[in-house]
Formats: sequence, structure tokens, C-alpha cells
Amino acid sequence: MEGLKNFFATKKGIIFVGLVIGVLAPVLQKLGNPPNMGICVACMERDMAGALGFHRAALVQYMRPEIIGFVLGAFLSALAFKEYRPRGGSAPFIRFILGIFAMIGALVFLGCPWRTILRLAGGDGNAIFGLLGLIFGIWVGTRFLKAGYTLGRTQTLASKSVGLAFPLLMFGFLILLLIDSQPEGEPRGMLLFYSIKGPGSQHAPLFISLGVAMLIGVLAQRSRFCTMGAFRDLLLFKQGHLFLGVAAFFLAAWITNMILGQFNPGFEKQPIAHTMQLWNFLGMTLAGLAFTLAGGCPGRQLFMSGEGDTDAAIFASGMIVGAAVAHNFGLASSPAGIGPNGAIATIIGLIVCVIIGLTMRRR
Amino acid sequence: MVEVIDARGLSCPEPVLLTLETIKKLGKGEVEILVDTDTSKENVSRAAQSIGWQILKILEEEKEYKITIKKD
Repeated sequence: MEGLKNFFATKKGIIFVGLVIGVLAPVLQKLGNPPNMGICVACMERDMAGALGFHRAALVQYMRPEIIGFVLGAFLSALAFKEYRPRGGSAPFIRFILGIFAMIGALVFLGCPWRTILRLAGGDGNAIFGLLGLIFGIWVGTRFLKAGYTLGRTQTLASKSVGLAFPLLMFGFLILLLIDSQPEGEPRGMLLFYSIKGPGSQHAPLFISLGVAMLIGVLAQRSRFCTMGAFRDLLLFKQGHLFLGVAAFFLAAWITNMILGQFNPGFEKQPIAHTMQLWNFLGMTLAGLAFTLAGGCPGRQLFMSGEGDTDAAIFASGMIVGAAVAHNFGLASSPAGIGPNGAIATIIGLIVCVIIGLTMRRR
Repeated sequence: MVEVIDARGLSCPEPVLLTLETIKKLGKGEVEILVDTDTSKENVSRAAQSIGWQILKILEEEKEYKITIKKD
């Protein structure tokens, strides 16, 4: 067990994890997930918000088992390796706001950092602008970190059960998904909303998605895989440890896409993507900055919430609420371009994040 | 005197940031870093080693770690 524990902290370990995720994500796409969206934490949390009726965008409603699996896999891994530790109390409401704006930025671009990499690996040239925006947002975040930005110390919580809340919520969602499956051709079960067409209707078989996501949850919890941290550590410390994982993820996804016939290079008519490059850039600038200020990419936040980190759970909850805000108020983009209020929301988000970055300082 | 950095409860990447700031300022000597997650323990150790500091010992107590690093 100890050897396994150490392996994932090594260069070989993080590369191995990146390769595994890079192969599995395009395979999930082949098995039914939407194009270039084998895994997209933001899109999948947005689909969850739709399944719960928090927004009523008919095309994006599905209780994605991948999100559930990420949290439960990380939770079981943290228990097995004795890393489960309930903690919280580091500016939770600020983290909630960061989660909301991270999601808004991601939905202006149409993807989180995971999907940015997968879009690139699928040949979507528009994702280049998203990636550049992501890196720029992370760079801005590192300037704040260098200047003493902090959300303060988290506390170890006395009750062991506090950290169970988010994994249990996900387990509850899983039960709901199992007992309230989609009636043939219907947009609603007893409680859950479903999509009849569009990305929400496209999904790999439930137990395959769940199994793959739980495996990734375990591997990512062990290795600390983080798509934002990869660039942050390079920019801040010139350390490429996490970057090796993301590079392996991209390379494996690209090769797998080539093998599966899922690599279609170009800019026009890319799946679930638009060509308004300024907003691809700025949407991901906002998301990258929010992830940096919150200390982890959306996947990492889910894995940490599985370890008992209630601050990460609050950030993830903020992202789910952010998805509802984005779709209810015309902020989210579509293949036709950005939403009617997407531009102003992105600018407001950037202003809010800069204020947070400037005002939350070490004394 | 041994410099002590209390990075317990701080989010990523603050423990590494504080460690690197301190050891760059000192240039050499002995530094103790207190952290409370395995992630921070790994990150701090990796960062210190990458710029030529040596891990003397890591003490674990009640899920907290005291990492002692040194450079002559």
C-alpha cells in the first residue's frame, strides 16, 4: 500500500494517471458521451443542474454519473489510504462565488480545462484560444499569490461526519439516477429531468461511466492530478510535475482520438463550440483565474471534496449554481456564439475575481 | 536558529510558496515546515529538493507533518 502511495507522487505516477485519463475520456465519447466531451467537469455539473431542474435548458439535462464517480472514487481512495480528513472554514462564501464565476467563464467558452485539452486533442482549433485564456487567467492568479493572496487557513473539523456530506449527496444522486431512469423518449422521470436531444441525451452506459469515473477518482486523488495546477506550478515555481500529467493526458487523448476516428481538425462547425475567439479567450481567463484563486481545477475540487474538504465541496456547489445562473439568464454560449448576456457576465466576473485577488491578503 | 514555517490549513500552492520564499531568502541553513495534508507534504518536499535542499526528516503526529529541510 505504501509503495502504491509513493508511486503516484512520482513523475512516472502522474504521467501514468494522465495517460489513463487521456485514453478513457475519448473512449467514453465513443461509447456515447458528447463529442470532445468524454469528460468535462463543468459541462457535466451543468447537466446535473439541469437534471435537478435548477435550469430548464432542455438540451443539457442529465444526472452525470461521471461527477458522482469522481467524488465517490476519491472518497474511497482517501479512506483506503487514510487521507480522509474533514476540514473547512477557509472563506467558504468567497469560494462559492468563485465557483459560480468559474462556471460562467467555462460556459462562455463551452468547457472546463479538462474539455479544453480534449477539444484540442479532437482537433478543435477554437480551443487554442480557450487554452491561451486559461493560461493567462492562471498567470493573473499567480501574480495575486505572489503578492500574498490567501483565503485563510482551513480548520480540521472535530466531527468525522462533516466531510461525508458531499460524498453522501453524490451517493443520493446515484440512487436517484438508478431508481428514476429516463422513461423511453420522455423528458422527465418521477423527479429528474432528462434531455431527448442534444448533449444531455448523449451518454455512455451508466455503469461504464460510473466505473471509469470512480477509477479516475482514485487515481487523481492519489496523484493530485490538477489541470490548473499544471500551468500554475510552471508559471509560479517553474515546476513541471503536474504539467507532465496534463501533457500525458493530451497526448493519450490525441492518439486515442486518431485511433477511434474522432480527430477532426479545424475551426468551423466543431462540436459544441463557437468561433468567437475573444470570448473563448476571456471566458477561460475568468475560469482560470477563479480556479487559481480557489486552489484547484474543477476536477481537483471534486477529488478534494471526496477527501472531506468541505471548502472544495462549496466551490463545486457554487459551480452547479453557476450553471443554473448561466442558463437561466442567457450567459451560456451555444454553437451559434455567446449568450446575450455572456459578455457582460464575463466582465463582471473578471472584476469580482480581481477584487477578491486584491483584497484577500496575508496580514 | 531553525526557521519554522506554519503552513497548516493553507490551500495549494501557499505551503510551497511560503517555503520557497523562506529558503530563497535564507540561502542555506535549516528550516522546519508544518503542514497538515499529504498533498502539502509531497509538494513541499518536492519543491525543496528541486532547488537543492535536502529532506532531513519528516515527523508525523496526529495527521500533521513536520518537514525538516537543510542546505549547507
